Amino acid sequence: MMNATRLNSLTVRTPEGITFGFLLASPVIRFFAFGIDLACILAIFSAFRVIVLAFSIASLDFGTALQTVLLFALQIGYGMGWEWLFRGQTPGKRLLRLRVIDAEGLQLQFSQIAIRNLLRAVDSLPGLYLVGAVAAWFSPRGQRLGDIAANTVVTRLVPIETPHWDQVLAGKFNSLRDYPHLEARLRQQVRPVELSLALQALLRRDQFDARSRTELFAQLGAHFRALVVFPPEAVSEISDEQYLRNVVDSVLRSRRK
Amino acid sequence: MIIDLTKFISVEEPFWRELEEILKKLEERQDLSMNLEQTERFHYLYERAASDLARLGTFASEPETRRYLESLVGRAYGEIHESRQKSKRFNPFTWFLVTFPQTFRRHFRAFALSAAITLVGVVFGGFALALDPDAKAILMPFEYLQGNPEDRVAWEESAESDRLAGNKANFSAFLMTHNIQVAVTTLALGVTWAAGTILVLFSTGVMLGSIIVDYVRAGQTAFLTGWLLPHGSFEISAILIAGQAGLLLGRAMIGTGRRQSLRQRMRSISNDLVVLISGVALMLVWAGFVESFFSQYHQPVIPYWAKISFGTFELAGLILFFWKSGRTPSPTASQAEP
Repeated sequence: MMNATRLNSLTVRTPEGITFGFLLASPVIRFFAFGIDLACILAIFSAFRVIVLAFSIASLDFGTALQTVLLFALQIGYGMGWEWLFRGQTPGKRLLRLRVIDAEGLQLQFSQIAIRNLLRAVDSLPGLYLVGAVAAWFSPRGQRLGDIAANTVVTRLVPIETPHWDQVLAGKFNSLRDYPHLEARLRQQVRPVELSLALQALLRRDQFDARSRTELFAQLGAHFRALVVFPPEAVSEISDEQYLRNVVDSVLRSRRK
Repeated sequence: MIIDLTKFISVEEPFWRELEEILKKLEERQDLSMNLEQTERFHYLYERAASDLARLGTFASEPETRRYLESLVGRAYGEIHESRQKSKRFNPFTWFLVTFPQTFRRHFRAFALSAAITLVGVVFGGFALALDPDAKAILMPFEYLQGNPEDRVAWEESAESDRLAGNKANFSAFLMTHNIQVAVTTLALGVTWAAGTILVLFSTGVMLGSIIVDYVRAGQTAFLTGWLLPHGSFEISAILIAGQAGLLLGRAMIGTGRRQSLRQRMRSISNDLVVLISGVALMLVWAGFVESFFSQYHQPVIPYWAKISFGTFELAGLILFFWKSGRTPSPTASQAEP
C-alpha cells in the first residue's frame, strides 16, 4: 500500500515567516534518470577502454588493472563528481529536470553528496535498487535511505522564466484613463477570476502561436468590451490585446492616486 | 496588502533583477566571496524580496510573479541561512596528516566498540573451529583455505617460479576495489540502526578467528603471521575504521541520549563519516599493493622474519599515526618552555 501521507512538494518556512516550496520527484522518474546515468557510465567506460587497450599492448597486466580501477572509480565517483560540480545534478537528472537539494533548502554540502552516493551500497540491495525503491515509496518525501542519511531530497525543476511585466506595465498608453467614471465601473464589474484570466493571457502571450493568440484575445476582448461600454474614440482604434492590457491596467491601478 | 500591482511591480522589479544577478554569480562560482558592503546589500535585497513575496501572497491573480519570487527567495535563503562552514581550499597533506587522525580520535569509542565486536567474532570463530573442524567450509568460505594448512605452506614454500607473474597489478587492483567496496558497505549498513555493520564486523571476526586457530593448531604460526601481518595491519584496521563510521551512522539513526532531530544528528556527523571512509580507502589502496606485491611471497623468497618485521613496523607506524598525528601542542607544555 502506498504511503497515505506522501507529499508532492517540500515546503520551507524561513525565520522571516516566508514559505516557499519545491516540487518533489517521484521514484519512477528518478529511476529513469538513473537509467540514463547508467548508460552514461557505460559510454564513458567504453571511451576510456580505448585508452586502456593502448596500455594493454605495453602490459596486459597493467591494462586489466587500470580497467578494474576505472570501472570502480566510475561507479563510486560518477554521481558524486557530477552532483558536486553541477549543484545536485547528474546528466540523467539534468535531462529529466531533477536536482538534489538540501532537505531544509540550505546549500548542498559535499559531505551530503558523498553520503547519499555511498549509501547506494545499501539502497541497491538486493538488486535493481529494491531497498531504495521501497524506502522511497514509504517515505513521505520520496527519500531513499541515502537521502534520509544525507538529509537531501530530489526535486523536479519547474522552468521559471522572468514574467513579462512589460505586458502589464503599459499604463501611460491607456486610452481608458480618460474616462475615470467608466474605469470605476469596470473595477466593480470585473471579478477576480476574470482579472486573473486576462492577466495570465497577457503574461503568457509569447507562449501561444499567432492564430491562437488572436483568437484568445478576440474572445477575451469581446467579453470585457461587453462588461462596460467605453466611447468609440477610446476603443475603436486599438487591438483586442491592447484593449485587454488597458483593462488590466485600469483594474490593477490604485483608485487612490 | 498590495493596492496597486502595477506600481508595486515597477518599483520592485529592479531590486529583484539585482538579486537575481548576484545569485547567478554566487551559483556559478562557489568560491566567490563578498565584502561587507556587498554582503549587506545582498542581505537587504533578500529581505526585500522576501517581504515582497509575503505581500504578493495576498494577491491571488498573480501566480507567475509569485513563483518567480519564491524561486528567488528560495535560492537566496540557501546562501544566507547556511551556517555550516564553507569548505576551504582542499589541502591533501593537511587533510591526511591532521583532519583524518583527529576525526579518528574524536570518535575513538566507536572504534573501540568496532574492534570489540570483531574480537568477539574472532573468539567465536576460533572456538567454533576448535570444537568442530568440519565447519571450515562455513566459517571460511574460500577455496584456498579449505585444505590442510601444512599442505598449503609446503606448496607455497616449494614455489620455484613467481606464480603471480604477469598478474600482480591486476590482482592488486582487484583487492583494492573489492576491499573498498566491503568498507563502503560496512559504513552504509550503519543506516540499518547499525545492525548490518555489527553483522559485517562479527562475520569478519569469525573468519579471522577460524583462520588463526586453523593455522596455529597446524603449527604454522610463522607462516600465518608473515602472510597476514604485512597487509592485514592496514586492511583489518581499515575495516575496523569503516565499522567505526558505520556505528557512528547507526548511533545517529537511533539518536539515544540526545535532544536533537535526526536531521541535526546526521548533519553533525556527515563530514566525519566522509573523512573516515576516504581515509579507509587510502589505507586499502596501500593494503592492496602490499598484499599483491609482498604478502604472497613466502620463505625462501622472503624470510618470515623480514615479513613479520615489516608488518610489525607498519602496525606500529599506524598506531603512532593515529595517536600522535595532528595533535596540537598543549598550552601547558608550551608555557613550560623557557
